[in-house]
Amino acid sequence: MAKTLFDKIWDNHLVSQVGEDTQVLYIDRHFIHEVTSPQAFAGLEKRGIPVFRPQQTVATADHNVPTKDQHLPIREELSRFQVDKLTENCEKFGVELYGLGHPYQGIVHVIGPELGITQPGMTIVCGDSHTSTHGAFGCIAFGIGTSQVEQTLATQCVLQRKPKRMRISVDGELQPGVTAKDIILYIIAQLTASGGTGHFVEYAGSAIRALSMEGRMTICNMSIEMGARGGMIAPDDTTFQYIKGREFAPKGADFDAAVERWSQLYTDEDATFDQEYHFRAEDIEPMITYGTNPGMGIGISQSVPEVPAGNVTFENSLKYMGLQGGQAMKGQKINHVFIGSCTNSRIEDLRAVAAFVKGRKKADHVNVMVVPGSKQVEAQAKAEGLHDILTAAGFDFREPGCSACLGMNEDKVPAGEYCVSTSNRNFEGRQGPGARTILASPLMAAATAIYGELVDVRELLNQN
Amino acid sequence: MEKFQTLHSPAVPLPIEEVDTDQIIPARFLKATTREGFGDNLFRDWRYQNDDTPKPDFVLNNPAYTGKILVAGRNFGCGSSREHAAWALYDYGFRAVVSSFFADIFRGNALNNGLLPVQVSEDFLHDIFSAIEQDPQATFTIDLEQQQFTIDATGQSTGFEIDAYKKHCLLNGQDDIDFLLSIKDKIETYEQQRQAAAV
Repeated sequence: MAKTLFDKIWDNHLVSQVGEDTQVLYIDRHFIHEVTSPQAFAGLEKRGIPVFRPQQTVATADHNVPTKDQHLPIREELSRFQVDKLTENCEKFGVELYGLGHPYQGIVHVIGPELGITQPGMTIVCGDSHTSTHGAFGCIAFGIGTSQVEQTLATQCVLQRKPKRMRISVDGELQPGVTAKDIILYIIAQLTASGGTGHFVEYAGSAIRALSMEGRMTICNMSIEMGARGGMIAPDDTTFQYIKGREFAPKGADFDAAVERWSQLYTDEDATFDQEYHFRAEDIEPMITYGTNPGMGIGISQSVPEVPAGNVTFENSLKYMGLQGGQAMKGQKINHVFIGSCTNSRIEDLRAVAAFVKGRKKADHVNVMVVPGSKQVEAQAKAEGLHDILTAAGFDFREPGCSACLGMNEDKVPAGEYCVSTSNRNFEGRQGPGARTILASPLMAAATAIYGELVDVRELLNQN
Repeated sequence: MEKFQTLHSPAVPLPIEEVDTDQIIPARFLKATTREGFGDNLFRDWRYQNDDTPKPDFVLNNPAYTGKILVAGRNFGCGSSREHAAWALYDYGFRAVVSSFFADIFRGNALNNGLLPVQVSEDFLHDIFSAIEQDPQATFTIDLEQQQFTIDATGQSTGFEIDAYKKHCLLNGQDDIDFLLSIKDKIETYEQQRQAAAV
């Protein structure tokens, strides 16, 4: 029978069926971090049981770490306690930890792929909704709550209802200045913040195929922002070349055998989906959001939509953002720019920013924070001279972590101020109480930093 | 996990759509390493001013509304996978959330903590809000065994879906880990078969 990529991997990991709807799914790789794991370890202790397969779990500290002076003890007491608790739990239960100071430390969804831990055909979970990122490699990867973190630690399995299948195809060629981030913001704006709920998405089409692995990760990363459980892209030569030679990737003959296996991971021609969508790459402009969920996005040339009659949620959202229906977003003055997060903090993102910024200075009134996704990204940015370019432009180049994406540490945007952010969520207060987030690509963020207002990056590229 | 069988209670109305888990519990309150106490910061930024004084117009600060049922607009619980959102609602005292649509991860997290997500039609949700508007202390009955939600004042009733396995867990106060640990031999057999297939 013809099968989708999703079904091939799911069926291969099926341990048992429970009743009509629920299945026991085996998990190949489990990533954990300091915020959603302590209660899970406490659960194991209470039951007096070990981690079942500790070699299949990898830990890092990312959500609640400072992005300055990581070599010093964490100043904030609760945060220090939480990060110390992770170290203590990993030691006690025999889990590998890339903690603060380790050359592999970084945002969990950046380090998995960059270390070659993430490989095609795997099932991957993490107590974080952006686990969908790993789907870029042709994995079933999804976010879970802490109870399921505990299940995975205890049994290497989760109980899961099989999601429906959705395919989103994007064909054609992107305009210059339009990036992977714009593709996914465009898709979410079309489908809304709940349009993918109950589904697992496969992204396909020539515009997706043409993306680098890092671009594909950006796409899959934001699958959750339309409510989808996860997103995935069939592995191809781009995938195999990316994995080759990485720390935990198979080597030599093992790698060749793996590529042969991974090459079977695609959706059969006759396979069917519960939902299909098709988009044209040419229709996509540089995207920005104007509201308080990621579905509230428009092209930079467009105006904020008028409030639909009687829609209190929409009205509240524009009020929170300090915007009016019908107003243009281009020219909106911006005081903060955040370049980072598991969506856009990889080396290609920093290269794109540095290429735009080189030889220029940020606008005086803008604070610009650049937070690399990992210690390895940080080191490479320094080796390539990107750090020098960004620093010379007046950008504040920091140490790795989730930072102002979720405002859990001290990196926050002040109340009432606008921040153009390369992250994934523009929820109320996400970047700090009262903060007004506008999601955009790294290129749009770089342009905002230089001009101090929202600009159409396409016009600027044409000038060069 | 506590058993959930039937619930008879007034409800707290929150007629807002797309309530994300960052609103339910903002990230800066996720620093605790235990499950308790998150209720204090439930809906923190909607509930309190920056100086920690309550915002009088937010429903949780209005003594007219009480009860163990929260009724909210569609796509409740979207966003972050933080189970702290379910813990905060439970810790505050809620035992059920009613909406016309739930985000997947939140639904799972709620079920894993004895907090029942009840999905009803958009029209029925509207009727529930109307009933509360007429009488803030209007009561509702949730019968999990029968999968029925009833507006007591009018007798209007609707069925709701729940996975058969999760229903069994809630009715009996069992959690997934108990179950998974009980099939460990199956998990080991699966691992051995896969290893054999890979050689």
